[in-house]
Amino acid sequence: MDSRTYIGRVRGLGSAKHGGEHWLKQRLTAIGNILLTTWFVISLLLMPNFDQATLAQWLAQPTVAVPMILMIVNIFSHARLGLQVLIEDYVHDEGLKFGTMALLNFYVVASAVFGIFVVAKLAFTGASA
Amino acid sequence: MKDAEIMAKNPNRPLSPHLQVYRWSPQMAISIFHRATGFILATVGMITLLWWLSAIGGGPESYATFEKYVVSAGESGTGFETASNWFFRLLALAVTFSFFQHLASGVRHLVLDIGAGYELKVNRTWASVAFIAAFFATAFVVLFVASRFLGV
Repeated sequence: MDSRTYIGRVRGLGSAKHGGEHWLKQRLTAIGNILLTTWFVISLLLMPNFDQATLAQWLAQPTVAVPMILMIVNIFSHARLGLQVLIEDYVHDEGLKFGTMALLNFYVVASAVFGIFVVAKLAFTGASA
Repeated sequence: MKDAEIMAKNPNRPLSPHLQVYRWSPQMAISIFHRATGFILATVGMITLLWWLSAIGGGPESYATFEKYVVSAGESGTGFETASNWFFRLLALAVTFSFFQHLASGVRHLVLDIGAGYELKVNRTWASVAFIAAFFATAFVVLFVASRFLGV
């Protein structure tokens, strides 16, 4: 016998009120990606040459380093959300799902931090690295 | 495991229709391509981007290594380096197409999200347009790179 009240039995069983969050974040990062990757692709097409010195000087500028860091954060957030859906759809074993989801989080966070560090180091210490 | 046990008891039970049952249409293909290209971008695309950035940050020598394996080893390249160049050129082509395909179908998704474009013909047309746009954008980049950097 369950001696709890009716309200006590149903509390905590409903929606976590986070249902729309993933969906909305996916769209917002998508819009951010349209802007940032368009900037990135046009910058690449307009690059005078692809020598290391030219690229390092280009990356070290604040007007390039800032959007580049934003792009790294944004694409890795978007990728995390997207790959999460792939895992949820195709990995059915609970243990394996937990493991792949953990690996996904390690992958995106480590990669994004690595990318940010590379760009920040160039921007802060100059292009002569 | 539970599903497998039920399957073993009655292998003839009806299954929900899956990919192989349907006739391919642009609307169906674009949904699958959106996933597949997203996966390519999230793995090959992003790792290459990080490699490229860290090669720039690492200085002239590390960038030369990146160029030798990814871009072009030049006339004096070994067989392995030349093979590596072609391997990465193929990857670059896949990533470039994936980028434009994911961009085009992503924009299509944003339009669908505001509730527009669900009429059968309109939906079909824009699915096809997204494929065509991705193809031409990729072709443009390939020709641009070939004429400017590879001297073709």
